[in-house]
Amino acid sequence: MRTAVRTFGPLVAIAALAVLLLVVAPAVLSPFRLNNLGKYCCWAIAAVGIGLAWGRGGMLVMGQGVFFGIGGYAMAMHLKLEAAGPEGVPDFMMLYGDGTMPVWWEPFRSGAFTLFAIVALPAVAAAILGYAIFKRRVKGAYFAILTQALAVVFATLLIATIQETGGFNGLNQFTFFFGYNLYDPVNKKMVYSIAAALLIGCLVVVWQLYRSRFGELLVATRDAEERVRFLGHDPANVKLAAFVIAAVMASIGGAMFAPIAGIISPSDVDATASIFLIAGVALGGRALLLGPALGALAVGYGRSSLSESFPDQWTYFLGALFIVVILLFPAGLGSAFGRAAALVPLPRRKETTS
Amino acid sequence: MFSPRSRLATGTVVALTATLGLSACGNKDGEGTAAESCVDTSGDSIKLGFLNSTSGAMAISEQTVRDSLSLAAEEINADGGILGKEIEFVTEDGASDPAIFAEKIDKLLTGDCVAAVFGGWTSASRKAMLPVVEANNGLLFYPVQYEGLEASENIYYTGATTNQQIIPAMDFLASEGVESLFLAGSDYVFPRTANKIIKQYAAELGIEIVGEEYVPLDDDDWTTQVAKIVEADPDFVFNTINGSSNVGFIKAYYEQGLTAETNPIISVSIAEEEAPAMGKDVTGQYAAWNYFQSVESPTNATFIAAFQDKYGAERPTSDPMEAAYTSLYLYKALVEKAESFEVDDINESADGVTFDAPEGTVTIDGDNHHIAKTALIGQINSDNQFDVVWSSESPIEPDPFLEGYDWWDPSAE
Repeated sequence: MRTAVRTFGPLVAIAALAVLLLVVAPAVLSPFRLNNLGKYCCWAIAAVGIGLAWGRGGMLVMGQGVFFGIGGYAMAMHLKLEAAGPEGVPDFMMLYGDGTMPVWWEPFRSGAFTLFAIVALPAVAAAILGYAIFKRRVKGAYFAILTQALAVVFATLLIATIQETGGFNGLNQFTFFFGYNLYDPVNKKMVYSIAAALLIGCLVVVWQLYRSRFGELLVATRDAEERVRFLGHDPANVKLAAFVIAAVMASIGGAMFAPIAGIISPSDVDATASIFLIAGVALGGRALLLGPALGALAVGYGRSSLSESFPDQWTYFLGALFIVVILLFPAGLGSAFGRAAALVPLPRRKETTS
Repeated sequence: MFSPRSRLATGTVVALTATLGLSACGNKDGEGTAAESCVDTSGDSIKLGFLNSTSGAMAISEQTVRDSLSLAAEEINADGGILGKEIEFVTEDGASDPAIFAEKIDKLLTGDCVAAVFGGWTSASRKAMLPVVEANNGLLFYPVQYEGLEASENIYYTGATTNQQIIPAMDFLASEGVESLFLAGSDYVFPRTANKIIKQYAAELGIEIVGEEYVPLDDDDWTTQVAKIVEADPDFVFNTINGSSNVGFIKAYYEQGLTAETNPIISVSIAEEEAPAMGKDVTGQYAAWNYFQSVESPTNATFIAAFQDKYGAERPTSDPMEAAYTSLYLYKALVEKAESFEVDDINESADGVTFDAPEGTVTIDGDNHHIAKTALIGQINSDNQFDVVWSSESPIEPDPFLEGYDWWDPSAE
């Protein structure tokens, strides 16, 4: 019985979250709140990837905003072109430039290519980057600083290329999402549902990964990289795979963020935004299955509700909350439940039978 | 790799998710029904939203706008409110983040059901709010001078557009006999667009542009760029730098031996609030605005007295603050002329609505929702106040798309 709980307990929890996000939330929340929840889901998707890379893999990825941005901008470019119509050029290129569109925008007219790019671009970028980093055995603080620096570089590049990417203003004013009018509340609900379903999908994927040999190897690499090497595995490959998956998840989150928030700009993908993603993961519990996602949802909700209730002091509250959580629950709020559960003695099966 | 049982369970969750997800199908044919307005005008108060950044990089500037909005609301309430209804304002923090501005204006319009929103500062924040306010057929009053090339039915722009600030500044330079000009700006849309206009107008006026340099918004290091100014030795420097980056620019400018006598600066974002914060004595430098604290008029005297009475005698008043203060009074005038809080009614009767503002009388242009304003050039004196040295003869009609200027070619580089 206990093994069954251990095996399927997480799956039941994921299913419960699915019902909550896909049935209960649309029924009880106003369109505005639902749309906000959609944004939190996008952050949560990225957070699930961070949980894999950081919580299980021990790689503190401080620059996930880059991959969030790749997906977000890829999607936003497509939506921008869809809004401009066939042969049309995005409005900002006429405002800030001479009205000619860079060649590399052209493929994003195609919805199929955009969807492909949302997965392929971050995967290729993370693979090249990760290969260079992990094969050189860069890790720990150096890895964290490197990824953080990437987020800074990425945001600076976006800001400097105003005629190509909209610069500081970013991209917004989308009207259609693959043919669906984004001003229609029914369609907004649909976009939300897609984001929520993708979050559930990502959770199922990491659940399977955590149960697999790869998951075991990843944790082993995190805890004792040298031993894994002596056992004949290349830790670089294990880490690379986790890093690429995390990047793709961040990109998917970003891609859904653009139509839901209605905007993507450098401030959504820069170093600060990357740290907010990390904060959610840390809050929820980085090594737990649902910790990162729930943490990101909570941080998103906290940002919105605290800033509504205390428009002048909310940043202090949020900061204080992080300090308290990290001090009291270094492994995240999720670990608190684990601790509480450990205090309640469960009827144990005899160890010998296993 | 996985047991059949776990595969079955996974399949169940995936199938469940897919079904639930698909049950919320979209509507492809619909025209996109505009949200019904939920503004409640039945009571004896009316809700308005103030959306300014009170955290983040822009907080220092936007807080001043918030202060003057609160002052205006207090004054209007003391005077009987709008159409007899007391203003009840809901405040939100834009957090200097465009996506947050988009979220919060949505919340104000659809959650709090405010009749109008006042705020925004950066062009990024305005651009982010624009689709939301249009989708909900709401109203936004934007109080900051900007780069023009925009006119939304749902936005009233109470700051200057380019033909009320940038172009008059060039007229002033031409009248001073300036022959060479160096452009220094932050790297975002306002300076880029402003400089595009400046370059085209300079060609028309016969002023030579001897250099053009940009630095990112929050970057303070201007050393190499200022070295280029020293080398080019222009008659004037046109400064479109925004925010704290100005401090670094001014520092490098004086340290490399430039002065207001040799190579004066004309700025479009340094006002009373910023001048004393530059860390150098900037006496003799110029700025182009539509309002200075030093403007002499009874309404301005009343405004300054009321503001300093509420917030302290050391607080200066500046152009964006005045434009925000004016925006709330203009809203009152708009509603009272339309005798309605409905956006469509307000827009219909908007043309010609005026207010005797601290900067002088301003009038709304019903077509583009900007206001006619007098352009002023001020020179900083030793009290960090501005002596007006030049002004347009009369209020300048707003022309956000520069349609009345035949030298303007938007598609030229």
